[in-house]
Amino acid sequence: MLRHAAHRLASRAAVAGRRALSTAGVPAQAAEDSAFVEAWKKVAPNIEAPKTPMTLMQPRPPTPAAIPTKLTINFVLPYKSEIANKEVDMVIVPATTGQMGVLPGHVSTIAELKPGVLSVHEGNDVTKYFVSSGFAFVHANSIADIVAVEAVPLDQIDPSLVQKGLTEFTAKLGSASTDLEKAEAQIGVDVHSALNAALTG
Amino acid sequence: MAMAALRREGRRILLSTPSPAAAMAARSPAVSQPEIAPHGARSISTQVVRNRMKSVKNIQKITKAMKMVAASKLRAVQIRTENSRGLWQPFTALLGDAPSVDVNKNVIVAITSDKGLCGGINSTSVKVSKALHKLTSAFMYSGPEKESKYVILGEKGKVQLIRDSRKSIEMTVSELQKNPINYTQTAVLADDILKNVEFDALRLVFNKFHSVISFKPTMTTILSPEVMEKETESGGKVGDLDSYEIEGGETKSEILQNLTEFQFSCVLYNAALENACSELGARMSAMDSSSRNAGDMLDRLTLTYNRTRQASITTELIEIISGASALEG
Repeated sequence: MLRHAAHRLASRAAVAGRRALSTAGVPAQAAEDSAFVEAWKKVAPNIEAPKTPMTLMQPRPPTPAAIPTKLTINFVLPYKSEIANKEVDMVIVPATTGQMGVLPGHVSTIAELKPGVLSVHEGNDVTKYFVSSGFAFVHANSIADIVAVEAVPLDQIDPSLVQKGLTEFTAKLGSASTDLEKAEAQIGVDVHSALNAALTG
Repeated sequence: MAMAALRREGRRILLSTPSPAAAMAARSPAVSQPEIAPHGARSISTQVVRNRMKSVKNIQKITKAMKMVAASKLRAVQIRTENSRGLWQPFTALLGDAPSVDVNKNVIVAITSDKGLCGGINSTSVKVSKALHKLTSAFMYSGPEKESKYVILGEKGKVQLIRDSRKSIEMTVSELQKNPINYTQTAVLADDILKNVEFDALRLVFNKFHSVISFKPTMTTILSPEVMEKETESGGKVGDLDSYEIEGGETKSEILQNLTEFQFSCVLYNAALENACSELGARMSAMDSSSRNAGDMLDRLTLTYNRTRQASITTELIEIISGASALEG
């Protein structure tokens, strides 16, 4: 069992060496695992070491020399992967500082998102989603990951309910006494006004 | 455990029915309660074997039903698990993975099930957690302040770990699956853990669902924001986090704080779903082998029953015939 683990690591490292496009990540990843696996074998030689996320994931492509023409995006929600490895021209994310446009070759960035509209531009199609908060990572190899807690296409939002929610939360904000209630009411107001802006704008 | 008891009983039945030759003489006094037949003739009782057969048949029905229930629940949870698999990948792509990181305060979060009869997955998780505990508080990482604590989700893990590591258990949570697992619930739970437990590195141990018969123990490491900053500055294995620009006016430490919390809740959600899937898959195969064992046992008992019945008929016939031939003289 341990021999298999060592053999697997060796073969993975060998494969990494042969592949021309292998990223610096792959041999480093094998080395990382081996430090952990070594320590594990010393402590618990009879139990197989648990797997770690790096071994379960496809390695990401390296940073290309020239700026690529398309941006690859992954848009994930807890209950589904809305967009996976799709090549698009541009994506506009609602960062806390405002709408941020991401084009291929964008500098690597970490952006926290606020409730707002996310639009994906592919040729002439634009798909818009209203996202609650989350994070957006843009990597140097023109891959953008957007992780959000909830996202709905704009046409599924009911304007009358948005108005009702907005008035309700504004009233709650006015009548809030504790800090917690004020914070909750403020969040409600922010989200509903963003929804409003998304529907009208 | 129930199956072991049944197997013992089955063996007892077999032992008490030796080869037919010796059986005649040995059986009448050996077996309990002789039935009193209406004519006062004594015959060997099949009642005991019949009772055993009835209980084994009931067990077979119950385990078959449990297997079908687990199979139907598995279908639903498996879809949700596969949909949630994309959730942890962006974080690993950004922050890398550092399972052999060297920190002072390690917290091992073990996800186990609440209900039993699910094969060996809880024992595997507990074994892995205990080995991790030894690893992180013993050498590779030895030092005076190295400590390792447990946070246990699920009753079965708590029961196993409380026996010898009661002092290292920081927090336990049970009844995770009372309502179907959803992101809001896990986010609240993650918040709870982050607030109440001090950690430098969180190691999440769970069983990843590969297929209905294969569940591999997996460990995800989440570093606290301070440790993350230290690792990136020291050029550690966390990738080149420094090369990323932070959008907005927040400092790097604030963003790392939010990032850590978000990462933990996402990874915990995926891990809880994978563990639930593994639990259902393990329960399916455990119940399947139970019903198969019960079926085998039922076959053996049926043979025994028939032999006993035939032997008692033969005995009666022999008694009648020898009595008649004695009368004829």
